[in-house]
Amino acid sequence: MSDKLALQAEDIRKTFGHFTALAGVTLNIERGEFLALFGRNGAGKTTFLKIAATLVRHTHGKLRIEGIDTTEDPERARRHIGFLSHNTYLYRDLTPIENLRFFARLYGLNDADRRIESLLDRVGLRRRISDPVRAFSRGMHQRLGIARVMLHDPSLILLDEPYTGLDANAVDTLNDMLDEAAAAGKTIILTTHDMEQGLRGATRAVIIDRGKVVFDGSAKDQAIRTAYASCIRVGAKA
Amino acid sequence: MKPLTAIVFKDIVIEMRSKESISSMLMFGILVLVIFMFAFEGSGLDKSLIGAGELWVAYSFAAILGLNRSLAMELDNDCLQGLLLAPLGRGALYLGKVASNFTFMIIAEFIVLPVFFILNNLSFDQRFLAIAGISILGTLGMAAVGTILSTISANTRMKEVMLPILQIPLTVPVVIAAAEATSQILNKETPEISAWLTILAGFSIVYLVISYLVFEFAVEE
Amino acid sequence: MKVKILSILSAVTLIPALYMIFLFAPTEATQGHAQRIFYIHVPLAVIGAYGSAILLFIGSLGFLITRNLKWDRFGAVSAEMGIVFTSAQLLTAMMWAKPIWGTWYVFDSRGTLQIVLLLIFVAYFMLRSYLPDREKRAKLCAVFGLLGMVDVPINYLSIYLFRTQHPQAVVSPGGGGVEPEMGYTLLMSAIAILFFYAYVFVRRLTIARVEEEVDYYTQVILANE
Repeated sequence: MSDKLALQAEDIRKTFGHFTALAGVTLNIERGEFLALFGRNGAGKTTFLKIAATLVRHTHGKLRIEGIDTTEDPERARRHIGFLSHNTYLYRDLTPIENLRFFARLYGLNDADRRIESLLDRVGLRRRISDPVRAFSRGMHQRLGIARVMLHDPSLILLDEPYTGLDANAVDTLNDMLDEAAAAGKTIILTTHDMEQGLRGATRAVIIDRGKVVFDGSAKDQAIRTAYASCIRVGAKA
Repeated sequence: MKPLTAIVFKDIVIEMRSKESISSMLMFGILVLVIFMFAFEGSGLDKSLIGAGELWVAYSFAAILGLNRSLAMELDNDCLQGLLLAPLGRGALYLGKVASNFTFMIIAEFIVLPVFFILNNLSFDQRFLAIAGISILGTLGMAAVGTILSTISANTRMKEVMLPILQIPLTVPVVIAAAEATSQILNKETPEISAWLTILAGFSIVYLVISYLVFEFAVEE
Repeated sequence: MKVKILSILSAVTLIPALYMIFLFAPTEATQGHAQRIFYIHVPLAVIGAYGSAILLFIGSLGFLITRNLKWDRFGAVSAEMGIVFTSAQLLTAMMWAKPIWGTWYVFDSRGTLQIVLLLIFVAYFMLRSYLPDREKRAKLCAVFGLLGMVDVPINYLSIYLFRTQHPQAVVSPGGGGVEPEMGYTLLMSAIAILFFYAYVFVRRLTIARVEEEVDYYTQVILANE
């Protein structure tokens, strides 16, 4: 059972002091699924994603990435994970190629130069290959961030509000790359506020509200829109 | 081993481009020496008494400056998270940062030390080499403790200002041992420094090991 | 229940201790009555300052191993006791030094170590007060507590070595030999201070737990407004 699951979350809970961010999330995601995660601000979706990326430690529950328990062997689990946030984790004083070479070394990739060049080509940064990242626009930053995420060929791609602040060009590049990744059998989890963007390529949709899963179904299911709308309304009333 | 050297190499490339860390440490160190020179010039105080202390005050404050800069660079654009995402043990990440902090501190000190010798009218004999050796050992201790403490202080509201408050009490043994050893070399014909060197080495080993083990608590979100 | 026993023991042992310190112990030949401060100063130093250091070490280690917040409370209370008792023993040291040696302070090996220890406790507290998030505060303070308390023996060694190379007048109980009554007085005083310390510590720990609950309910109320 667990070797077909890219991510297996069992009763994941997370408290920050007295505040409960996640109150028991159970989610089984199979390989190749494209999951769109929705929720209001503070509902817990970013926390869940960060726990999945092993950046945050859950207070209770079990999490397995590709069958690897993240508490027991986080380093091995991280090899399979690519995480993109609105911060791109890129060094502003380095050029794109230097940034990617550094990350390649961190992930233990040998002779990555060819892969780096083709990735930079793919995200449309070929011509800026030797300019320090400092001079880049937000869209170019994010495109380079996508290249960084794909560099070590992760099987699980996690994206936290990736469309924020992107121009149309960058949005297209991102969508193209996500479609390619999905076609190549990668598992994708994406959080966003924008329902249309989120559902565009997704196969499955999940809504998290107040730290719990309140909707889990196919992305094509129209019920999701009503479910999400009622979450927002309840939130506004409270 | 490769990710560790990658971190040091990356820091060196960034430093070569921005030139912020070493130049500010250097300037600050020299300024401390200059202040000491003016402050004690007219007092008639025998310079041989405070020389060693003066050097290590300069080193201590320059180190704090360097440590803060190094961490600020990782916090910019949340790059530290990028490092935490990598399949790299937290302890190994700590050692990588210690190595690069240590490298920059040594480079700055190896310019401050000759300036110290010149300002104090000392000749560049084997004493210079001996003190250089002590500088290396003492700096290792400061880098070991300072790397984890700067990570801790970055989480507070006071940010960089918190680092000296945490670092200075903890590095008292380093300053005592290093300043004493330096003073022995400057002033005595047959300096006895083995005990001091043992303390410096012991301090570095103890703190490298403990910080390696607990570093993940300092960087976890 | 524990607190009651400790408070009774504390009060009960305090009376004979005071009697012994002021009336029972013989007046020291060279130092006179001022020497009696020694009976308070030494237990304060050993139990209050170094004892708190050991407790902070235990608390920090406890949290790092179990990630249970009760160890964080334990560490915080230890550090607070540490600040109070280390300051108190530095004060008694000064009260002792001035009439006898004429200086406010004698920079012997113990005194210097105690000043650094106080600085580490104060640094721990400053760190605590600038970390509003409870879990982060626990983690970072446990790390600093561990690093700080490991420093204490290393510090002791280096300061001790320094003073052997630069000998100075060492603060000692008395030149004319220690009479047995002095030993008993010291022991009694130490016992009294030990119970007093334990009583205050347990009380403070209880208060800390209550403070956290109040904090929790405040947040719950604010969240539901």
